[in-house]
Amino acid sequence: MIMIEARAVIRWYHEWIAVFIALLLTAVTVSVLLSSLGLDPISSLQRIFIRPLNSVYGVSELLAKATPLITIGVALALGFRAGIWNIGAEGQLVMGGLCGGAVALAFWNIDGFWVMPLILLGGTLGGLAWGAIPAFLKVRFNANEILVSLMLTYVAILLLSVMVHGPLRDPTGFNFPESRLFHDDATLPKLFPAGRGHLGFVFALIFAVLGTWVVKRWHLGFEMRVTGLSTTAAKFAGYNRDRTVWMALLIGGGMSGFAGVVEVTGNIGQLVPNISPSYGFTAIIVAFLARLHPLAVIPAGLLVALSYLAGEAAQLSLGIPAASTQVFQGLLLFFLLGASLLVNYRIRFWRVA
Amino acid sequence: MTESVAIAERLSASSKQCLGVRGLSKFFGDFAANRDVTLSIDAGEIHALLGENGAGKSTLVKMIYGILKPDAGSMELLASAYSPNNPGDAKSAGVGMVFQHFAVFDALTVLENIALGLEGRFPDKALATEILEVCERYRLHVELDQRIHDLGAGERQRVEIIRVLMQDPRLLILDEPTSVLTPQETEQLFTTLDRLSDEGRSIIYISHKLDEVRVLCDRATLMRAGQVVDVVDPRQESTRSLGEKMIGERLSETKRTQTIDAQTNAVRFSVRVGDVYPESTRNVVLTDVYLSVAPGSILGISGVSGNGQDTLFDVLTGELTLPTPDSIILNDAPVAHLDVEQRRHKGLLGAPENRLDHAAIPELTLWENVILTARHTRGILKNNHLISGKSAKAFAEEVVTTFDVRTPSVNAKASSLSGGNLQKFLIGRELLGNPKVFIVSNPTWGVDAKAQLFIHQMLLKLADQGASIILISQDIDELLSVTDRICVICHGRLSRTFSTEEMTPELLGALMLGQEIDS
Repeated sequence: MIMIEARAVIRWYHEWIAVFIALLLTAVTVSVLLSSLGLDPISSLQRIFIRPLNSVYGVSELLAKATPLITIGVALALGFRAGIWNIGAEGQLVMGGLCGGAVALAFWNIDGFWVMPLILLGGTLGGLAWGAIPAFLKVRFNANEILVSLMLTYVAILLLSVMVHGPLRDPTGFNFPESRLFHDDATLPKLFPAGRGHLGFVFALIFAVLGTWVVKRWHLGFEMRVTGLSTTAAKFAGYNRDRTVWMALLIGGGMSGFAGVVEVTGNIGQLVPNISPSYGFTAIIVAFLARLHPLAVIPAGLLVALSYLAGEAAQLSLGIPAASTQVFQGLLLFFLLGASLLVNYRIRFWRVA
Repeated sequence: MTESVAIAERLSASSKQCLGVRGLSKFFGDFAANRDVTLSIDAGEIHALLGENGAGKSTLVKMIYGILKPDAGSMELLASAYSPNNPGDAKSAGVGMVFQHFAVFDALTVLENIALGLEGRFPDKALATEILEVCERYRLHVELDQRIHDLGAGERQRVEIIRVLMQDPRLLILDEPTSVLTPQETEQLFTTLDRLSDEGRSIIYISHKLDEVRVLCDRATLMRAGQVVDVVDPRQESTRSLGEKMIGERLSETKRTQTIDAQTNAVRFSVRVGDVYPESTRNVVLTDVYLSVAPGSILGISGVSGNGQDTLFDVLTGELTLPTPDSIILNDAPVAHLDVEQRRHKGLLGAPENRLDHAAIPELTLWENVILTARHTRGILKNNHLISGKSAKAFAEEVVTTFDVRTPSVNAKASSLSGGNLQKFLIGRELLGNPKVFIVSNPTWGVDAKAQLFIHQMLLKLADQGASIILISQDIDELLSVTDRICVICHGRLSRTFSTEEMTPELLGALMLGQEIDS
């Protein structure tokens, strides 16, 4: 008989050992998959996971991919601590990109130092509004935020599509579903001479530090955590659950929106029907990989960003479909959840007499 | 299904005794939940089990229904030895039980729920016909294709009863069946039970409501501290005599030495509320609660659990606010509309019954748990939003040393402390805030004797310092030894307040059973 029982003593480093084991198991499983395709696992792993980082261009690309993952991952870590499951960061990102992009197009070819902050503000507000909808419905009607935020994602994606096929389409673009290219003052500066890494990454790092401060020192962070752990105790302490719901979803929405506008102004440079390869969903993995610690979101975000590069590298150099990105990410999440279960519980084998 | 007449004949053909229990004991560690319990129930008898919380009634029926295994003693069912290993054994031997909390699936229909309780049956036409026959015979009305979540408590209970009756039981156990029923539903239930008894089926009826027991039951077994103290005919007994037998003689450990002022009629805290409907329908509605406490005095609120204590605690502490500000007065100021935090600023502090998950969060450390209620003292919160870990730790250290809390450090998680130590910490956390009014619910529940004494001393000392204390408790010894005055809550209604000296066990017992007492 197999039994799962709670562990008596859990030390802080057990969680990180679990992360390490999950990474190891992912690598092993990927090797097995690769060798089943007739490839040499060691050299293939080296080609898809190490080689992309061998150049300034590669690192710059890595930072570009990690930027939205870290920005959103920090926000989700805060929200998940409060027990608010915002699954719709992708939609909030898209709305941020759409609204920020719309502001950029409204001020097209107008120069001024104030244009960029205005665009960022527009994007943040767009995401904020998209996060406010599930928050309002949860507070007012106790609607499940998982379903509402998830479904709103598809609404947001379709809305973006309508806008770039219609009102925001480039008037000189031969009817392609794309906006004009943003002018220089509406574009975030690049960090390196090569690749797409941009100033947004610096913002992401600042958010991670700020998030850690909120979690460790701010009463608001404590209040949200307490509400997530026990609503009865939170009520006795005088904490308002509705406030936590609003804060979690507004932080999530606002920061996802910010990530969206940073993505279109820093990375893409115009509005297109598809502005995100599921960064909003992948950030959920990032948040859990970081064990919901905002500072740990930075390495977690970089690691998951690498899986995107690895997918591209796998397609280019090994001829494996780009969908392998999702395989890498799926394996990682699977092992991570399994390993974190084993942090809190142990498996015991019994011989039935 | 055979005809009811046939069942009655078959049952009466068996011996007159339905269930015999001899010398049954059950120990949990050193604690004797049941000690040498002997009981006999005749065929067709409705037999009441009476006793306080913790008297051992639940343990006894759990052994009869095969949920617990007795440590000693034997049972006999219908003249043959009976020792069920699990509820399945009990069912096939002819014992059925209707629980206080219904075990039905909300999303399924009545028919599906009944089919689930019967091994190897499916919710088909044949089963529906059988169920309707049973319903007809016992006058239990249900719509078979309704979903459970559309049903009220009375109808849900009917589904449970039908499910048990489908197994053709000879002995039926009902655990406080009327606690969720309206008077009309109760009457219907009694008709059904009478009918079952006429067929020769026996019923064990657990209740706190003496009036019902006197109407319904042929005999009553009274239990106290795990033992049977008497078997009586409830129709021949008075409320007082039953109350006395149920509560028994009381010894108090520390009589209150300093009884405070009849001379000043000062009132620190008074409550006068009409009806209060709690947020959760599981909690009892309060009606006509009137109480007042003077400075330096301890008011005890006694009562069987589930009679509105939870709602009362919430109303007093402000977890449940009322729209009428002056229904609660604290130091001449209306506070009923203020929430927990606002009342805390006015010196009204509390310690809920549930230590983990209400008073404290098990996953957090002791010093983090300090922040929950004491954050506005000693600079724990800077500028209203920055937490000073240093101040919180210093506060926790002070609680630990002042109130003798045994813990390796204030960095230990709340869940790692024993019940008594955690309770000392949690009450100490509030006492360091110098409460003017302190509301505490069952502070010594599950606490060892030494810590119990310590907590009582903490409360007495606080009263001596001039605070007003309301102690909601089910521990009668505690109430008699610590309080100055006592009142009793029953069905959400508070009794008149008695001074602790004039309170007798039989009076307390009668009040707990909902008897009106005029002075």
